[in-house]
Amino acid sequence: MNDMTPEREERSANLKGLGCSRKRVEDARFTQGKGNYVDDVKMPGMLHGDFVRSPYAHARVISINKDAALALDGVVAVLTAEDLAPLNLHWMPTLAGDKQMVLADGKVLFQGQEVAFVVARDRYVAADAVELVEVEYEELPVITDPFESLKSDVVLREDLAGQTTGPHGPRKHHNHIFTWEQGDVKATNQVLDNAEVVAEESMYYHRTHPCPLETCGCVASMDKVNGKLTLWGTFQAPHVVRTVASMLSGIEEHNIRVISPDIGGGFGNKVGVYPGYICSIVASIVTGVPVKWVEDRMENLMATAFARDYWMTGKIAATKEGKITGLHCQVTADHGGFDACADPTKFPAGFMNICTGSYDIPVAYLGVDGVYTNKAPGGVSYRCSFRVTEAVYFIERMIEVLAIELNMDAAELRRINFIKKEQFPYQSALGWEYDSGDYHTAWDKALKTVDYEGLRKEQAEQVAAFKRGETRTLMGIGLSFFTEIVGAGPVKNCDILGMGMFDSCEIRIHPTGSAVARLGTISQGQGHATTFAQILASEIGLSADSITIEEGDTDTAPYGLGTYGSRSTPVAGAAAAMAGRKIRAKAQMIAAYLLEVHDDDVEFDVDRFVVKGVPERFKTMKDIAYAAYNQAIPGLEPGLEAVSYYDPPNMTYPFGAYVCVMDIDVDTGVPEIRRFYALDDCGTRINPMIIEGQVHGGLTEALAVALGQEIAYDKMGNVKTATLMDFFLPTAWEVPNFETDHTVTPSPHHPIGAKGVGESPHVGGVPCFSNAVQDAFRPFGLRHTNMPHDHWRIWQTANDLGLHE
Amino acid sequence: MIPAAFDYYRPKDVEGVIALLQEHGDDARVLAGGHSLIPMMKLRMAEVPHLIDLQDIAALKGITIDQDTITIGAMVSQHELINHDGLSAAAPILREAALQIADPQVRYMGTVGGNIANGDPGNDMPGLMQCLDAQINLLGPDGSRTVAARDYYEAAYMTDREDDEILISVVFTAPVGGFAYEKQKRKIGDYATAAAAVQIAKVDGKVASASIAMTNLSDVPVWSQGAADELAGSVCETATLKAAVAAMLGDIDPTEDNRGPVAFKRHVAGIILTRAITRAWDRA
Ligand SMILES: Cc1cc2nc3c(=O)[nH]c(=O)nc-3n(C[C@H](O)[C@H](O)[C@H](O)COP(=O)(O)OP(=O)(O)OC[C@H]3O[C@@H](n4cnc5c(N)ncnc54)[C@H](O)[C@@H]3O)c2cc1C
Repeated sequence: MNDMTPEREERSANLKGLGCSRKRVEDARFTQGKGNYVDDVKMPGMLHGDFVRSPYAHARVISINKDAALALDGVVAVLTAEDLAPLNLHWMPTLAGDKQMVLADGKVLFQGQEVAFVVARDRYVAADAVELVEVEYEELPVITDPFESLKSDVVLREDLAGQTTGPHGPRKHHNHIFTWEQGDVKATNQVLDNAEVVAEESMYYHRTHPCPLETCGCVASMDKVNGKLTLWGTFQAPHVVRTVASMLSGIEEHNIRVISPDIGGGFGNKVGVYPGYICSIVASIVTGVPVKWVEDRMENLMATAFARDYWMTGKIAATKEGKITGLHCQVTADHGGFDACADPTKFPAGFMNICTGSYDIPVAYLGVDGVYTNKAPGGVSYRCSFRVTEAVYFIERMIEVLAIELNMDAAELRRINFIKKEQFPYQSALGWEYDSGDYHTAWDKALKTVDYEGLRKEQAEQVAAFKRGETRTLMGIGLSFFTEIVGAGPVKNCDILGMGMFDSCEIRIHPTGSAVARLGTISQGQGHATTFAQILASEIGLSADSITIEEGDTDTAPYGLGTYGSRSTPVAGAAAAMAGRKIRAKAQMIAAYLLEVHDDDVEFDVDRFVVKGVPERFKTMKDIAYAAYNQAIPGLEPGLEAVSYYDPPNMTYPFGAYVCVMDIDVDTGVPEIRRFYALDDCGTRINPMIIEGQVHGGLTEALAVALGQEIAYDKMGNVKTATLMDFFLPTAWEVPNFETDHTVTPSPHHPIGAKGVGESPHVGGVPCFSNAVQDAFRPFGLRHTNMPHDHWRIWQTANDLGLHE
Repeated sequence: MIPAAFDYYRPKDVEGVIALLQEHGDDARVLAGGHSLIPMMKLRMAEVPHLIDLQDIAALKGITIDQDTITIGAMVSQHELINHDGLSAAAPILREAALQIADPQVRYMGTVGGNIANGDPGNDMPGLMQCLDAQINLLGPDGSRTVAARDYYEAAYMTDREDDEILISVVFTAPVGGFAYEKQKRKIGDYATAAAAVQIAKVDGKVASASIAMTNLSDVPVWSQGAADELAGSVCETATLKAAVAAMLGDIDPTEDNRGPVAFKRHVAGIILTRAITRAWDRA
């Protein structure tokens, strides 16, 4: 039944299923200001919370005097660690197996740390009261450098004194958190010792921040009559929040309802648990009325989860011809005052061990040391799967450095080292099984489209003109080829706080042939309500327009691990397809009954079951849905519903080939992006328009990170970039036109072959922009310079190379 | 980012404003477009118990061009500067500069008076007014007085204006010759890393007179007479540009911030000025 007659094609198009660039159903409300975000939740008698935060990066808290604040009209309570201690809520567990102060317990470890929580009649009174809380501090020595931290006598975490073992094994020093090692260090060192060529480079992937447009917040409402706690919040994983809230508060899980309403972007920032949530819950329990807490922009940038802050040293071994023979990667990871990374439990450095990239590297070693400093906690995956941006940046820089070492073209060096199509499924030296890929085809297509050879020729002419003094502009050609690892993940090795990282979908078909489906994920702008309906439309033969997707309410949605790490389509999308197939299986029996034939004598055809060989005898899915509710069918229960919990057999491995052409003003350090080409292979393409939107968004954030977005601290631990004046959030003005392209290499293990795309452009984009800057200076001897490439740093690079008079 | 409580006033005339300023002294501030003041209040860096909104005062509005005398009311928005045809013809440097201030949303609200009165070294209008040799009209309890923009700025956020005075308008003679406002910034909505305002009058193929002012390179705008003097009588050849840049570098005193270290800023200041002079000369 595979031949597409025009009639079938029309029926298929009407479904708006897989492959349809259906407009986002969410956008009607978002573009008209009709979204419903946490701060839109307003309840009678609701109180407002606000934090007193530490101005110091490291200090002892000598005393806290609440009297003046409490005396202010409208102030209901001021909570401190002392108030939370009897409930044992002055500390909370982190996703990384550490614990974190909810409110300062004797000392503070970073600027902006939560010290006291003011609860007041309105947001204005709360802010006034914050100023009236008198906190006496005694400053302590500040450490903002992880290497210094590992040598320092200063003990940052006194609560861990004497603990020589942490959740991830031995601790080497009182400021050390963990060592995580992957691969074969001996074999790797042997290869390095005997290699024809070794390229070595140290690089710093600076600290930045996901900075979603909507900051974090919640509303906690404890109903003392029925004993139920309702929690609205900006949660990327609402079910996990429910479980954690239950464990911490002792309230039984069925009495807690967690709701993630519309979320204005997450990018990893909204995965973890923040003190504001705990304080709001406690305040609501104490006062018996709802309590809202919504942080402001500065609080978001200063205190909620940052991303990156990885010091990486690489050694890459190769033959003289450029065949890579081994890779060594050593990382010192700055985790700030508490280890609050959001990674699957067994992966304290996330999936950093994807750092062999897209290349067939026979032996490799990765070692990561986590370190405490006086900076904000976090280390989340900002628009990437766990630490995958770090890994891809690392390998894509190492490739460039090796190309310099070999005096070789970096595109060619990549080509000769790519894993070949026939090597998939491919076992990487650091333990992953890449599901599918066709890197050479993608690379060739990308290079051909941009006329790579022509670009190199033009660049050489530009360099010659520069040397002759005819121009002050240099041209950079940025290349990157990335392989992501997304869709965490198999329950056997992936969990968050003990919860396996499966996901789920529950479908109910209504009698008149429409449906509602609920999933354990939560959209933050990804367009789930649009794409998941498309997956189901193709599976169950009802139009996507007739399928409502709901997420984010733990009272109605099946348990799931939430949305981050591009896991929604690989995991929940698979659950949707599997649930759809259960519906279809039952529908087949109903259809056979209605058509009075054997189950095996009917087959699915777009939107109906037909009697094999007799296409005029059929029952549409609408007919079948109705029959499920109005007929007594022997041997079948009434109704048409299904649930699927999907435990993915493997991760998915999207990949892509990016090229950036940049012109750099050597005198001012201003880069101009002339062209950006992005080829993405995310397997089966569900909605090309949404994919394109995701690519544009991810590239925009990649541009930000590569060209200036940074959380910078001074030596005293003061955050220098806590407002959007200094923290770079690009606008339409700074963002170039992006050209998008694709190849399609389906995942062999995913029910519909889809791989996830929301983060690929960020992962591949950052090294591409960075490589463009660095490539411009390669003819003048540059090997490597750290991001962010803002004006002054680019200028500094040129200056250091002697390119200014 | 929640401001402390304040009382809000909206007088209909300047006399009403002066009376309120006298009554509340230090505790009162006027509000123009609010795009410098309100962020400061939200950060609680400015505590303003009495906020006097100037929006309803007709006398502070409007642009008049009388022969070659241009008067701009304090409450004229940056958006109006950009869209005023007569002004764009008479003093095109204003449009070129205003287009480089922030973004359209800010420019709809931000005013010329607020930008000049604010005293933030990052503001673009003060340097521009020094370049144009504008006169600033102030009104206080003792009547009105005029101060040259070149004498107005004392230090960051410190100006010649008394607390109970308000800025009524700025007046300047329509410039002749070529002009350029050149600004380097990190992104839209950012203040200058370095900016230069240049006016050049050309007679007989040579620079007859020039005026040069730099922005965000000191705690006040820097009008560089030395740089302008270097240009006088020249044809803006490379050596002259270098001399002008050297003179300007003697007048500025940038500090390190997130935009970069001092050496970078000084270098960029030289490049920006060179480009501004070149463009102004081309247009002269
Ligand atoms: C994101 C952003 C980016 C910006 N970028 C730039 C930029 O690149 N360049 C630039 O120049 N500006 C920039 N600005 C500032 C903007 O132009 C402001 O609008 C301007 O500085 C102040 O004008 P205002 O009318 O908003 O004044 P207000 O904020 O209302 O007032 C500023 C100060 O001036 C005083 N004041 C105002 N009017 C008078 C008066 N008539 N008499 C006496 N005192 C008065 C006020 O009391 C206050 O102290 C930016 C602002 C923002 C928010």
